[in-house]
Amino acid sequence: MIRAAGLEKRYGDKRVLRGLDFELGRGGFLVVTGPNGSGKTTLLRLCAGLAVPSGGTLDVEPERGAIGFLGHEPLVYRELTALENLDLYGRLYRVPERRERIGMLLERFGLWESRRVRAAKLSRGQLQRLALCRSLLHRPELLILDEPFSGLDAEGAELLDRELAGMRGQRTILCSTHDPERVVPLASGRLALA
Amino acid sequence: MLRYFGDAAVLARKDLRLELRARDTLPAMLLFVLAILVVFHFALPSGSSRLAELGLLWIAILFTALLGLGRAFVAEREQGLLDGLVLAPVDRSAIWLAKGIATFAFLAVAEVVALPAFGLFFEPVGWSTVAGVALADLGICAVGTLLAAMAAAGRARELLLPLLFLPLALPIVIGGVGASVVDGSGRYLAFLALYDAIFALLAWASFEYVVTE
Repeated sequence: MIRAAGLEKRYGDKRVLRGLDFELGRGGFLVVTGPNGSGKTTLLRLCAGLAVPSGGTLDVEPERGAIGFLGHEPLVYRELTALENLDLYGRLYRVPERRERIGMLLERFGLWESRRVRAAKLSRGQLQRLALCRSLLHRPELLILDEPFSGLDAEGAELLDRELAGMRGQRTILCSTHDPERVVPLASGRLALA
Repeated sequence: MLRYFGDAAVLARKDLRLELRARDTLPAMLLFVLAILVVFHFALPSGSSRLAELGLLWIAILFTALLGLGRAFVAEREQGLLDGLVLAPVDRSAIWLAKGIATFAFLAVAEVVALPAFGLFFEPVGWSTVAGVALADLGICAVGTLLAAMAAAGRARELLLPLLFLPLALPIVIGGVGASVVDGSGRYLAFLALYDAIFALLAWASFEYVVTE
């Protein structure tokens, strides 16, 4: 599903990733760890197709419509409500039975009561939950999560734990984290960046 | 094809809804175009020629458009939302088309106010000027949206957009002023239509490279 060989990424003179090799098979769960500045976010952006490698090869099997991406930004419009944001992405991704799927996700992530609240008025934790709903909305084959626990309260983090456990083996997951102990038990592999 | 226009419609509707909520762009464009017409009214010596007046109208339109274009990608830039749009399985040029439609709508509303106001301060404009403005708007939005996306990715975006846009808008000014002041305005309108077609095609084809690394 993802195969990297000698993967490199440079921004100007700064080399962020150097000669990285790894493979993530279908249904696998790879945890990416490393200190700040080690290139975790860059690696995930490369795999999502949001950046282009400077060297080496990177093959990502599903097309971008089958990738769910959760980055540092929630990627939701602040002036739109939670419902409107999900409806926008649902239309762009052509989610079948869109309204039912959105309703189900909002319920599952505890946002149903806040569905008509503009994203600007949501708390940091609620925004992160909304971002998770957005990234799961189209039932992606490959889920790329960059620090997914960041900003989540204890309840939200437990919810995400359960979601990840439920998706294990069914979806391919690439997840970066500063808290590897949380997801390592679920993972099929670990990639430590220096 | 239907899918493409459907995506563009979804995105354009989102931009119009954002503007209805935030009211960031249109009120500023309206105030700006009225203010600049008032300034021109007092700046132009009495008894000035009709040619000078119409020239100033085109300057007002161009700078009002620039104001709108400068805000076209504000939400995407400030909230990193372009990633979300680029990841979606839509043709990336549909993002350009949607932004262009939204900017065209804002500009058209500003001109619905500006043209009668120009008539009050100076003299009413003729149909050839109205046709010229409509065609010019298409070209402005086609080129301007592409350049606004380029500028949004840069650091000195406030500087970059006018520096890129104004030279490329020169043919629009020439065509627009020509359509406004010459008796047989047909060839100037045709020139504007040709400009629109060529630059819309170029912008449509190159937008993908602007929004991807």
